[in-house]
Amino acid sequence: MVWRRVVSTLRHGPASLPAEPLDEAATRALAERLEAAAQRRLGRSLAIRQVDGGSCNGCELEIQMLNSIVYDLERFGLRFVASPRHADVLLVTGPVTRNMHEAVLRTYDATPDPKWVVAVGDCAIDGGVFKGSYAISGAVGTMLPVDLVVRGCPPSPAQLLNGLRALLEANAG
Amino acid sequence: MSRSADIIRTAPTEPCQPWPRHLLLGEEWRAMAASLGEAGGPALLALWADTVRVHALLHDSDGAWLVASTSVENGHYPALSPQRPSAAWFERMIRDLWGHDAEGGRDGRPWLEHGRWPVTAPLSTRPPARQSPTEPAEFLPVEGEDTHQIALGPVYAGIIEPGHFRLSALGETVVRLEIRLGWLHKGTLGLMHGKSPRAAARFAARLSGDSTVAHSLAFARAAEAAAGAEVPPRAVALRAVMAELERIANHLGDCGAIADDVAFPFLSARFCWHREAMLRAASVAFGHRLMMDAVVPGGVSTDIVPGGAEAILRALAALAEELPELVRTGDNFSSLADRMVGTGVVTPALVAAFAAGGFVGRASGRGFDARRTPGYAPYDRLTFAVPVLEAGDVDARVRIRLTELGESISLVRALLADLPEGSVAVPLPQATGEGIGWAEGFRGDIWHWLRLDGGQISAVFMRDPSWLQWPLLEAAVAGNTVADFPLCNKSFNCSSSGVDL
Repeated sequence: MVWRRVVSTLRHGPASLPAEPLDEAATRALAERLEAAAQRRLGRSLAIRQVDGGSCNGCELEIQMLNSIVYDLERFGLRFVASPRHADVLLVTGPVTRNMHEAVLRTYDATPDPKWVVAVGDCAIDGGVFKGSYAISGAVGTMLPVDLVVRGCPPSPAQLLNGLRALLEANAG
Repeated sequence: MSRSADIIRTAPTEPCQPWPRHLLLGEEWRAMAASLGEAGGPALLALWADTVRVHALLHDSDGAWLVASTSVENGHYPALSPQRPSAAWFERMIRDLWGHDAEGGRDGRPWLEHGRWPVTAPLSTRPPARQSPTEPAEFLPVEGEDTHQIALGPVYAGIIEPGHFRLSALGETVVRLEIRLGWLHKGTLGLMHGKSPRAAARFAARLSGDSTVAHSLAFARAAEAAAGAEVPPRAVALRAVMAELERIANHLGDCGAIADDVAFPFLSARFCWHREAMLRAASVAFGHRLMMDAVVPGGVSTDIVPGGAEAILRALAALAEELPELVRTGDNFSSLADRMVGTGVVTPALVAAFAAGGFVGRASGRGFDARRTPGYAPYDRLTFAVPVLEAGDVDARVRIRLTELGESISLVRALLADLPEGSVAVPLPQATGEGIGWAEGFRGDIWHWLRLDGGQISAVFMRDPSWLQWPLLEAAVAGNTVADFPLCNKSFNCSSSGVDL
C-alpha cells in the first residue's frame, strides 16, 4: 500500500494544499532569510521548546500543525526539541496560571543563553479572557523578557511561521 | 429501576430544564449513596456544587435521567466515592473550589489546589485568605523491592498540556500510574459568574480548545434550556456541521499522532494533511479554523459563507477517497498491530463502572453516545452508526475513531445537502431558571449545568468527558511497559484544561 503511494507521489509530485493568503511567497522568502540569519547567529538551526503555561490547548493544536507535512517546519532549520536545555527559543502559551508559574520560570532558567521568548496567543500576551482571575499569575511578559508576540486565539500556523521569521530578522542584524 | 433512583424520585423537586432537580435530605442522600454500590445502579455522570448544595447527574438503568441535590451542612455532605470511585476526583474538586467536604470520601488530598492561589475555596461565598502554603503533593505508596519512580511533567517533552504523571515501575513494567492535574486551573467557573450567557460563552469555548464547538454547544443548550429559547432550524443544522467537522479534525489529528508514536510516519503525514485540509475548510466556511466562538447561546454567530459548503465537501471528498486505503495500510503492517493490539487494555466492567463515554467507552463495550441518548436535534432525524468494540486496547480505540470518521463524513454531507433556510440566531430572553445542556464531543459526552438569575449566571458547571476517562488511563497503563505509556496516553487523549477548569 505504501509503495502504491510512493509510486503515485513520484508520478504526481508531492501532496500540498493551496497556500493560505498570508503566505507561500513569504514562506519561501523566510526560508532564504532564515538560512542567512540563523547561520550567522546560531549555526545551522534554531531549536524551539514549547511551554504551555495554562492554555486551553487551542494554541498547542496549531503549533503541532507546524510539524505536519503541510508546514514542515524543519525545512527552515527550525525544530521542536524535548528539553529546554536544548532550546534557543521558548514558545510560551496560555495566561500563565498560578499553578504553572514556577514551572514556567524553571523552564526559562533551564534554557541556556542566548535565548528568546515568544508569547503565543492572546492569553499569553495579556491574559486574554482569563485576565483578572484569582488563578492567573499574569501575562508571560510580567515574568519573562518577551522578545516577540504572536497574536491570535489561537494564531494559525501561518501566523506562527511569520512570527518566527520576524524573530530571526530582528536578531539577524 | 434501581433503589437509588427510587430514593431520588420520592424527593421534592426544584425546577430545572429538561429534568427537575430533586432535593434530598442528608439522610436520603446518604441512603442513595449507599445503594449506588448495588448491581444495576445508575451511572454517575457528574458531581458538582454551588455555594450551598452539591448536585449529581445520574442515568438510571431503566433509561431515566435524574438530577439530585443535597444541602451542605456545616461544610459537609455524604460522599459518593466509597460506592463510586469515579466520584473521588469530583469530590476533591468540590472541596478545593467550594470548600465542601465529602464525609467519608475515599481521597481527601487536594486536587486543583496546589497551594498557590491567594485564597482558598475561591468559589465559596467568602473565600478565606490563604494562611499557609499547602504541603507538596502526596502520591499513593507503591511497596516492594526494586520499584522505582519516574516523574513526568508538568512540563512534558511534547507539545501538549501540562499535567504530572507519576509512574512506579518494576524494571520496564509499570506497576502504578498516578495522575496529578490542576496545573491549568484558570478559575473559569468564577469568571463566568455574573455574566450573561452570551458573554460567558467565550469561557465555555475555551474550556478545552480542541472541543471548543462541543463545549460551546453544550453550554448554549444549557442556557437555552434555562431561558426557554428555541433555536432556529438553520442554526441547529449548522451547529451539527461544525460539531462533526470538529470530530473529524480531532480524530484525524489523533490518529496521526498515534501513528507517529508507533513510528509509522506515512500514516501520520497523511492524517495530518487531511486534518489541515479540514481546518482550512472550516476557516473558509465559518471564519475560524477551530470554529471558536461560532456556536453561541441562541444560535450561531455567523451563517456559513457562500462557497463554504463546497469547501467542506471538497475536503470531505478527498478524505473519503483516501481513508479506505489508509485503513488498509494500517491493517497490512504487523509492526503496527504489534504495538497496538493488546496494549493499554481497559475492561468493559471498568468502563461501565466509570460510565466513561466516547471512543474510550465504545472501545470497551459501552455504546453510549449523547447524540442518541438522551439525543438532541438534528441527530434525531439523521441516520448514523455508533461503532462499539469489546477489546478495549489501543487498537480498538483507533478503530472506533476510524469508523466514526466515515460516519461523520456522511452526517456532514447529509446536513449540507438539506440546510434549512432562515435566521441563524434568536436573542436569549433575560430569564431566571436552571438548565442542563449536553453534546457529544469527539472525546465523548459533555454536560453543562447553569442557573440564570435575571439573565445572569449565578452558578455553573461544565463536565468534560475526561473526568471519567483520565482515571481509566491509570488502569490501562498498569502492567504495560514504560515505553508504551505515551502510546496509551495518546490513545485516550484526555483533556487537562477540560478538567482543570
